[in-house]
Amino acid sequence: MSENLLEIKDLSVRYTTDGVISRAVNHVNLSLKKGEVLGLVGETGAGKTTTALTLLRLLPKFTSEVEGEVFFEGQNLLTISEKEMRAVRGDKISMIFQDPMTSLNPVYTVGEQIGDVIRFHNPDLKPNEVSDRIDEMLKLVGIPPQRKVEYPHQFSGGMKQRVMIAIALACNPDLLIADEPTTALDVTIQAQVIKMMRNLQKEMGTSVILITHDLGIVANFCDKVAIMYGGEIVESGTLEEVFDKSKNHHPYTNGLFGSLPNITERTSRLTPIMGLTPHPSELPEGCKFHPRCPQCMEQCKSGENPPKVADGGHEIQCHLYAKKEA
Amino acid sequence: MSEEKKVLLEVDHLKKYFDTPRGQLHAVDDVTFTIEEGKTLGVVGESGCGKSTLGRTILKLLPHSDGKVIFNGKEVTAATPAEMLALRREMQIIFQDPFASLDPKMTVSQIIEEPLKIHKIYKDKKERQERVKELMSIVGLDERYMMTYPHELDGGRRQRIGIARALALNPKFIICDEPVSALDVSIQAQVLNLLMDLKDTMGLTYIFITHDLSVVKHISDDILVLYLGKMVEMTDSDTLFDEPLHPYTKALLSAIPIPDASYKGKEAEVMKGEVTSPIEPPPGCRFAARCPHASEKCFQVSPEFKEVKPGHWVACHLFE
Repeated sequence: MSENLLEIKDLSVRYTTDGVISRAVNHVNLSLKKGEVLGLVGETGAGKTTTALTLLRLLPKFTSEVEGEVFFEGQNLLTISEKEMRAVRGDKISMIFQDPMTSLNPVYTVGEQIGDVIRFHNPDLKPNEVSDRIDEMLKLVGIPPQRKVEYPHQFSGGMKQRVMIAIALACNPDLLIADEPTTALDVTIQAQVIKMMRNLQKEMGTSVILITHDLGIVANFCDKVAIMYGGEIVESGTLEEVFDKSKNHHPYTNGLFGSLPNITERTSRLTPIMGLTPHPSELPEGCKFHPRCPQCMEQCKSGENPPKVADGGHEIQCHLYAKKEA
Repeated sequence: MSEEKKVLLEVDHLKKYFDTPRGQLHAVDDVTFTIEEGKTLGVVGESGCGKSTLGRTILKLLPHSDGKVIFNGKEVTAATPAEMLALRREMQIIFQDPFASLDPKMTVSQIIEEPLKIHKIYKDKKERQERVKELMSIVGLDERYMMTYPHELDGGRRQRIGIARALALNPKFIICDEPVSALDVSIQAQVLNLLMDLKDTMGLTYIFITHDLSVVKHISDDILVLYLGKMVEMTDSDTLFDEPLHPYTKALLSAIPIPDASYKGKEAEVMKGEVTSPIEPPPGCRFAARCPHASEKCFQVSPEFKEVKPGHWVACHLFE
């Protein structure tokens, strides 16, 4: 139990807005060991970002309801006080947000924004020590330290994302949550940022949760993969298990791979998933994926969630494989 | 194969410069190509390489600075407003952002109907409404959405409205400006399939502008790579992916993450630096500062865009 850095148990999140209940995250279980990189994959509205925000307790207080447990280094993050939580945020768990263009404060210099985190978590440091640490962080992400006096608008998109990474890594966190860190970037810049993150991850031994919809990046960077759909994890396992085409997969996973244009071979048509992602306020009964599933059966349409079928660490939540084993 | 293909669009030394306080911004610089009827040309490049500006300048949505665009024998760049109106029936565009390119105060039916009204295609409203319904069924939109507003629909459906609007006048040629980049993967595949089906059934010719190389390979016959407004490489889709010549194309291709577990931890050839400014660019190759093979000459002389192999054009001093 203690070997897991992070353990999420039966986590559910509901949002209530104007009386409409959105079930954004439903009974999610996840665990992460030290130094592991987990890819959390899914489309818009799958609940990826909500899951991440719950770990940091950054959800809006009055409209969200959280159930379940989140153990981080043996401590349940959902029950500790706000003061204790503030000591965790940015120091032990930190997050890189999706959009580097809007996540930085435009009226503070880049150096001030990195220094802010360092000072908050290390109040005893002298100003020149903080300043040295800022220089060190900037060098680490490949920005010349003399640029610390510049403002975010003077940086390009890729550079801003590096600043975000420097802020997130400033206190050597044990867990880094990266929410679509490269979506806003061009491919060549994306390659630079991913390479840098991978090197830093190896050097510092940080555990990473990488939230993305890009299976290419997952293949490149992650050890474990969890595929989310309708607020649930429909399939999880090691990278090799989930990406192995000869193994059984959840029909949604197959659909995701079929939707990708393949760069290595030319196909005349893609095989997309029919229909649309359901809104979290209108999730269907039974299996959340059944209205779009090409292999939908009668028992998928109602009742409880399909059973989870495990083959070692490789878990699939689907009736298809449960039947075979019975 | 032997039958002679008709050239539908000819772009000849097209330039588009913008005046900025810091000097001239060379958004599209000396672009020349032709597209045969029924073909798809993919235009690829990173943000700021001038691909959207190129599309808009071809359609005269932006005035050009120099050069010519000839569509079906008529010179678009010299057309009068009246001639342009007629030409627009034949050349259409699908915009990138389905959230911003639809008027929020118009219903789906009004949006698709608008081009029919402007061009006075049908006599009365009833005929127009019939055509709107037909278009909606072509792009796979249910008729019950006729009276809804764009904000009520998701990105995929909104993009279908944009496609229906572009098809309304039965054009010959459509510029697709990043039509799927704002959509989720599963929806992206649906829209790509739709675009390819329409091309076959309606005999359309496309320019497909995108930054996503796997999409472009999937949909294009020929591919043009742009870098800072300049043409870098152009050839057919398979050759470009199998034997890219220009160092920039190579770097671009190696940067694509491939969804296959065997690529785990594989070090891609990562290109250093970032795109430089297109404002008053210095002489020489615009890629020289990031190029691993750059020599003295690259910083002084701009390489010519030449055919180095049959059908394979490249602008690089390495191949001279």
